[in-house]
Amino acid sequence: MVGEVGFRKWGWVAFFLAPSLIGLLVFVLGPILSSLGLTLFDWNLLSDPKFIKFDNFKELYHDKDFWIAFKHTLMFITYYIPSVLVTALITALLLNQRLRGVSVFRTAFFVPVVASWVVVAVIWKWIFNPRFGLLNFLLAKLGIEGPAWLFDPDTALYAIIITSVWKDTGFVAVMLLAGLQNIPETYYEAAKIDGARPWQRLRFITLPLLTPSIFFALIISLINSFQVFEQAWLMPERFARSGTTVVVEQIVNNAFRYSRMGYAATMSWVLFVVIFAITFVQIRLQKRWVNYDL
Amino acid sequence: MSSITVEQPIVKEPAKWTLPRGWQRQLGHGLSYLMLTLLALIMIVPFVWMFATSLKTREFILETPPRLIPDPASFDSYRQLFDLIPIKHMLFNSILVAVVGTGGQVLVSAMAAYAFARMQWKGRNALFTLYLATMMVPSQVTLIPLFILIRELGWPNSYQALIVPGLFSAFGTFLLRQHFLTLPRELEEAAFLDGANHFTIFWRVLLPLSKPALATLAVFSFMGLWNAYLWPLFVARREDVMTLPVGLAVLQGGPRALTQWNLVMAGAVITVLPILAVFLLAQRWFVQGVVTSGIKG
Repeated sequence: MVGEVGFRKWGWVAFFLAPSLIGLLVFVLGPILSSLGLTLFDWNLLSDPKFIKFDNFKELYHDKDFWIAFKHTLMFITYYIPSVLVTALITALLLNQRLRGVSVFRTAFFVPVVASWVVVAVIWKWIFNPRFGLLNFLLAKLGIEGPAWLFDPDTALYAIIITSVWKDTGFVAVMLLAGLQNIPETYYEAAKIDGARPWQRLRFITLPLLTPSIFFALIISLINSFQVFEQAWLMPERFARSGTTVVVEQIVNNAFRYSRMGYAATMSWVLFVVIFAITFVQIRLQKRWVNYDL
Repeated sequence: MSSITVEQPIVKEPAKWTLPRGWQRQLGHGLSYLMLTLLALIMIVPFVWMFATSLKTREFILETPPRLIPDPASFDSYRQLFDLIPIKHMLFNSILVAVVGTGGQVLVSAMAAYAFARMQWKGRNALFTLYLATMMVPSQVTLIPLFILIRELGWPNSYQALIVPGLFSAFGTFLLRQHFLTLPRELEEAAFLDGANHFTIFWRVLLPLSKPALATLAVFSFMGLWNAYLWPLFVARREDVMTLPVGLAVLQGGPRALTQWNLVMAGAVITVLPILAVFLLAQRWFVQGVVTSGIKG
């Protein structure tokens, strides 16, 4: 660099870096490390923390509530991920056409994305209301008797999944749309000359060339959905909660309701390790289906 | 295309029912518009329903069949809401936290990004790797120690508790560093020769050239702060620092209101309108941010 030596240079580095670095150490890195340390302690914030080695992990292994929450989280993921990817793909393909006014539609798909989960939750609670809600009213018109949705532990999770797909479709679609717009027009022109029909172009050009974007969207959605919380916390009625508890809800309950800081920290680390492992496996598996060149 | 008869080649093809090219395209566009309209309606109608419900008076909320256009329509529920909870103050809290938090995060991130992108120093890459590593850790992991730290600092139920932990974003530093790296070095070399120092270059040369990147980060930061629920729920429960989402959740679930849906929807409208306005103004940068980072805010 021009015009700087020794002491003065470090002064400038410190000036620019200090606010961020000190903050990161105190509010991010410190908490990460102490959270790891906390997993070995029993602490209710009132008495002194007690060192209990790996007892938190042992307890977690036998904790039925945690594993039920884990199962609900996996169920959420199983239905949510394919649904949101398919709806987002359809949306992105529609938005990728050269149509007049297409940006207005794109804006419409983004309104649920930018709305707070609390707002979305109260709107959909009202729509899912079995007696007075819009949804069961429309279903009744089609001659279907709608379920009790958020009032029933067996259907509440599905209502939460539907709402989540609705909220996130626009978000995932924009990621895919960026990929679609990177596919060179020349491929389509060549295919047209060869007489490829529209669905053939979709099957043999668009989808293979879109796999990097689909992979990116899949990874991001997976990471986010393991951390599903707000909708599961806010939407179900009290007596339907047994069918919707998710992992983060268990962390929150143990930390803030039962004041079991060490145990809650243990859960958060288990969640982190699971997310990390799944992401790692996905990155490994991508060679089998993701095309980075064609 | 106006000609309906298309000259078929003399070669015999298997009989296939096809429309002329121009018609096909028209039909395709028509179908696309139809599907787009249908999907867009699914996205928008719930919000229309929210607004409609907020305009209904109490006795008309539970009418069947439900009406999308309220009759009579009134702003009574908004008036009641203002009497029932200090929603004006919550609106103030939300704006304060989102504006100060966003400004702070963008400034802190931009400064760190400058040190990482435009200065040479020992240990730079190692430290940057550490920044990247913290991005992988989900927020639930830091939630508990952070809560304990806030208690130790005596910050529960304060604006600091809502703002300060969010200022130090490795993601923001990363985003702006990537952008700074794309700017040509000649810019600052010329300025250095004119006797400018690092701060002048940062403030007068780099920042003005980085408006789109700064805007992208600002939009995400603002949205994250505005919509935050989990963290404020546990560090800002008192009404004097409560933000809108927490207030709305209390209104919806609390015994005080026994879920009067017109009031709850009025609260939802007040919570969503500001962020919607910000989004409409900053849509371009928001889309850009989703594409480059996959962060939802």
